[in-house]
Amino acid sequence: MKSLEKLFDKLKPNFAKGGKYERWGSVFESFETFLFVPGHTTPRKGAHIRDAMDSKRLMIVVVLALMPALLFGMWNVGYQHYLSIGQDAGFMDNFIHGLIRVVPLIVVAYAAGLGTEFVFVYIKKKEIEEGFLVSGLLIPMIVPVDTPLWMVAVATIIAVIFGKEVFGGTGMNIVNPALLARAILFFAYPSKMSGDKIWVSGLDGGKTNGAGDYINTFGDKVVDVSSGATPLGQYASTIDLNTALQKATEAGDTETVTKLTADIAKTLSEVPSAWDSFIGTIPGSIGETSTAMILLGALILLFTGVANWRVMLSVVTGGALMGLIFNLIGANPYMNVPFYHHLIIGGFAFGAVFMATDPVTAAQTEKGKWIYGFLIGVIAVIVRVLNPAYPEGMMLAILLMNVFAPLIDHYVVRGNVKNRMKRIKVAA
Amino acid sequence: MGNNSKLLIGPINLNNPITVQILGICSALAVTVKLMPAIVMGISVTIVTAMGNVIISMLRNSIPSRIRIIVQLLVVAALVIVVDQILKAYVYDISKQLSVFVGLIITNCIIMGRLEAFALGNKPWQSFLDGIGNGGGYALILIIVAFIRELFGSGSVAGFAVFGEKAGENPATGLYSIGYADNGLVILPPMALIVVGVIIWVQRARTRELIED
Repeated sequence: MKSLEKLFDKLKPNFAKGGKYERWGSVFESFETFLFVPGHTTPRKGAHIRDAMDSKRLMIVVVLALMPALLFGMWNVGYQHYLSIGQDAGFMDNFIHGLIRVVPLIVVAYAAGLGTEFVFVYIKKKEIEEGFLVSGLLIPMIVPVDTPLWMVAVATIIAVIFGKEVFGGTGMNIVNPALLARAILFFAYPSKMSGDKIWVSGLDGGKTNGAGDYINTFGDKVVDVSSGATPLGQYASTIDLNTALQKATEAGDTETVTKLTADIAKTLSEVPSAWDSFIGTIPGSIGETSTAMILLGALILLFTGVANWRVMLSVVTGGALMGLIFNLIGANPYMNVPFYHHLIIGGFAFGAVFMATDPVTAAQTEKGKWIYGFLIGVIAVIVRVLNPAYPEGMMLAILLMNVFAPLIDHYVVRGNVKNRMKRIKVAA
Repeated sequence: MGNNSKLLIGPINLNNPITVQILGICSALAVTVKLMPAIVMGISVTIVTAMGNVIISMLRNSIPSRIRIIVQLLVVAALVIVVDQILKAYVYDISKQLSVFVGLIITNCIIMGRLEAFALGNKPWQSFLDGIGNGGGYALILIIVAFIRELFGSGSVAGFAVFGEKAGENPATGLYSIGYADNGLVILPPMALIVVGVIIWVQRARTRELIED
């Protein structure tokens, strides 16, 4: 560490004003302060209070909180892969397979995002911001493992430019850049972002050989092709089956009715148990499957005070309440899904802990945070249950509420002003 | 630059109806998925604007100002029907793709704007040049947007496959064989808005006259 510091000190004059590489000064500084405490001291006049908890440390805490879910996600990628080809692999084999599949995604997301930011810093001659540290790790964690690397790069670049830089960079963005990248992938390349093949490493893009066996991209025979569906996808597929069932019932076609009823029951019986979903040994995006590990991350965030507990709690409350309301209506099999199951499948937990709490895009007022979080939970469950075309309601719910957060804040502040005016009048 | 050539060239860049006046956005979103319809739409709007401008300019002294909007609508509607019929007769496929948007030229803000703001107060020849200029500025942006959207959304330019053949009955060729895929988002209307936004961004960054404080 000491020699590294010396190296940085030696290089510093080159990047200072008037130095050889003056234009790259901001890039140099960002690397330096990433490794070492910034060399600022309090000025002679003005504010004397400085906190070591600058946005760089804040980001690192979030990255730490993401680690349990990421490491589990890597293991799960391998676990799902070996499960699909019917092999019983050890812990290390599972983890190494996942590591090999996930690390390229992380590298590409960071390279594309930071590259874009550096270009903007270079053009605008501004100081570099560290906002992408977290986004770059979030993006690989919320995509399916088989997403082609170039798609991740394209979506990341578009998201950083149009989600962040055009609004003025870190801290100015309206929507969460990582979620925006996922939304771009979802709408631009739907075949790679939904379905029941993409969630398991190597399953997508495989071929059926002459003997009728499905061979995955690693050249292994897949024993259970249907194993790749996520709980969200399985639940969503019951809606279509149910619609067909109702039609058949009206037409009085008893044969189809029996078949469809059996199909629905079969699909529902294949949905992983609540315990599996909680632990996370289910197919899904890399970081989102394990609610247990996400809770561990949530504890780190809450203990260090980085994330806001009001948002997390209200998202969960909103989702559970909407799930309960659907339970009461119970018009189709998806509505009858127990309300707590909504909280542990898909990206709900991940979104509630790491996405909705983003301090830049969430509502800023305390009361606003309750409304903002509650509506995210409600809308996520509504989208999931009522629109089978978009199985992942959490992404759309958070993006929508990101857009509405400033409006919520506006009315909360206005309401506050009104109340105070009333008090003034009473006092006068 | 003479006054007449200013009328013709101005709307292409400094006074562009789409990127500077922000008019006619609706049709720019709707018809720019493919290049050919965008070109046809651009030509149609240019013809309607120019002819409408000339006719209104000739009538400008005899139109009672209280009913001028109705007269303008009547003239534009007649021209739009003529254009629509010509398209149906000679380029039926493209006319089908454009569907209602040819008919909706009548509501295009650029046309009504030019009739109101220019033709009612200027001579026919100047009005004609103004119509050609504004229609040309509109067509230019349409063509740029459509080129980008067709290239990335469908992998072709004016129907000609650029990146190779997609997998269908035959295996994929060119870029598609190494895993490239068309970007479905570019086909959706929001992306047209973003592309227009980028054009405005680039134009403002490069043109000093347009930079606002």
